Amino acid sequence: MAHCVPLAARPRRLRSATTEPRVVKGVLIALCLAVLSVLLFAPLIAVFDEALRRGWAFALASLGEPDAQAAIRLTLSVAALVVPLNAAFGIAAAWAITKFDWRGKAWVITLIDLPFSISPVVAGLLFVLMFGANSAFGAWLVASGFPIVFAVPGIVLATLFITFPFIARELIPVMLEQGRAEEEAALTLGASGSRVFLTVTLPNIRWALLYGVLLCNARAMGEFGAVAVVSGKIRGQTTTMPLMIEMFYNEYLSVAAFTMASVLALLAFVTLVLKSALEWRHADQLAATHRH
Amino acid sequence: MTFDSDILPSARAASPQGPDAWTSLAAATLLGLAALVGFAQAAPAQALLNVSYDPTRELYRDYNAWFADWWVAQGHPRPEIQTSHGGSGAQARAVIDGLGAQVVTLALASDIDAIASRTDRIPAEWQQALPQNSSPYTSTIVFLVREGNPETIQDWDDLIRDGIEVITPNPKTSGGARWNYLAAWGYAQENGLDPRAFVGALYRNVPVLDTGARGATTTFVQRGLGDVLLAWENEAYLALAELGDDQFDIVVPSISVLAEPPVALVPGNVTDDATRALASAYLEQLYSPEGQAIALRNFYRAWDTSAAAPEDVARFPEVNRLPIDYFGGWAVAQPEHFADGGVFDQIYTAP
Repeated sequence: MAHCVPLAARPRRLRSATTEPRVVKGVLIALCLAVLSVLLFAPLIAVFDEALRRGWAFALASLGEPDAQAAIRLTLSVAALVVPLNAAFGIAAAWAITKFDWRGKAWVITLIDLPFSISPVVAGLLFVLMFGANSAFGAWLVASGFPIVFAVPGIVLATLFITFPFIARELIPVMLEQGRAEEEAALTLGASGSRVFLTVTLPNIRWALLYGVLLCNARAMGEFGAVAVVSGKIRGQTTTMPLMIEMFYNEYLSVAAFTMASVLALLAFVTLVLKSALEWRHADQLAATHRH
Repeated sequence: MTFDSDILPSARAASPQGPDAWTSLAAATLLGLAALVGFAQAAPAQALLNVSYDPTRELYRDYNAWFADWWVAQGHPRPEIQTSHGGSGAQARAVIDGLGAQVVTLALASDIDAIASRTDRIPAEWQQALPQNSSPYTSTIVFLVREGNPETIQDWDDLIRDGIEVITPNPKTSGGARWNYLAAWGYAQENGLDPRAFVGALYRNVPVLDTGARGATTTFVQRGLGDVLLAWENEAYLALAELGDDQFDIVVPSISVLAEPPVALVPGNVTDDATRALASAYLEQLYSPEGQAIALRNFYRAWDTSAAAPEDVARFPEVNRLPIDYFGGWAVAQPEHFADGGVFDQIYTAP
């Protein structure tokens, strides 16, 4: 390391016990930036650079293809379906776990974490085993014209499964920290259960909920492993954006692949900006809910 | 946790947002549902799903367009033809698990055999249903070298010279790499050399064994490693079209292999006579002069050159192509060469 050489040559200086020497700070920050640039910035720039290798017009033209458009539409509709459902499930689970006492609670918490601990490929295979043509139920579904696996419902189910823990996991710690005092106060003042939820609980958790929704959305759009197993990869029908990226890449269409990857990265970027903008606008409220 | 004096104001301030959040959740869900219903309604009466393998996208895009026109010209309504692409083995697995393909066009006969043996959707004697072992087009293994061929690589014996770096994937994990290996083996055998020593020398010139063909191409092209890449002929031309033919040249050796990517009807997924007629015609027309010309234009070697553009035919120099039967068929070659402890393990681990 280049900065270490002058350091050794320098005479020792007195330093305050509570602050790090400036050199240590500098080295730590530099290290951090170096790691970030190698792991994050450089690959991100490489993705955009590869997408624009033949210019904007070529990159945009690859997005104009019907296959690419169908993939973007499918990914957005799956996310639009999965995120609200998981928001509802996540709120219900977190509400039940943190505001009530019942037997088997620990077991349910483990169950919520299950999708985190199972490999997405295995999750996808589970759906194929359950709903594929080799199970009696799956064969009946296929015969009656409502296939789940290798069709859009399978993709929705797989994504729902994979992103299930995101919102609940975000809400549970916040709601545990907040405790039940506010709800109890509302109840003693005569509020009904639904009123307590809508006017006390929900406003208190809305920031955690927003984080959860953003995380869930990012994963729902980016999920590859489980979706790849259940998709069947039919062009224009069951190919999501991450699958389309892989397909383009394998077909030696790297500009199309990396343009699609850039769009996916930009979608994630937009949600980040949205989150920061909301945080900035509601900074005072955010501070208030964290004042406990 | 301190006093709760601030709950009431914060709750009051935010209370209108509660119901709003639910309304927007519900609206988003409805929107998603509406979009999915849109997807479900998209299927017309005459639809055909062709489950194919990775690099056939351009081939079948061209062919689907031509075939749809041809089918309409025969007095039928316009069919909607869908294609699915992925690794050949994984695609076969998907059909076994219920992917509703009426037609499969895969890389290896053994993948279609797997569907036939594990389900009753394809009859066991499917390969006799169409001409040429049900392979309307074929391919072979060629060399991709850097522009101008600076190492003057002409044939397999140039690959075992000192200092030449050969890029080929691991034959234990890549189907294509097995063909590469067997092509070198066949060259040695045909030229009276000891194939084991020859192939061993070749693999000593391989600096890195990628797991798949696409990874090996990336190693050769993007990372700039190696002097020669062993590749499928059709993929080498695709790579050339993508990367610019001012950077690489294709060299065809004197001896290579004959790979026959087969096609088959999946009667088990055909529900009515109209679809059967459509699917059968779809496969039969692959052998028509126009179908063959489309295969040739997409860098596959085809049997009938009568309707092809001369430059699409001239692209393919003569090469002595050994079929898999030369090596005893896959049932013999696979365990002998590529099983754990097989010939490849013996020559590759040898120092």
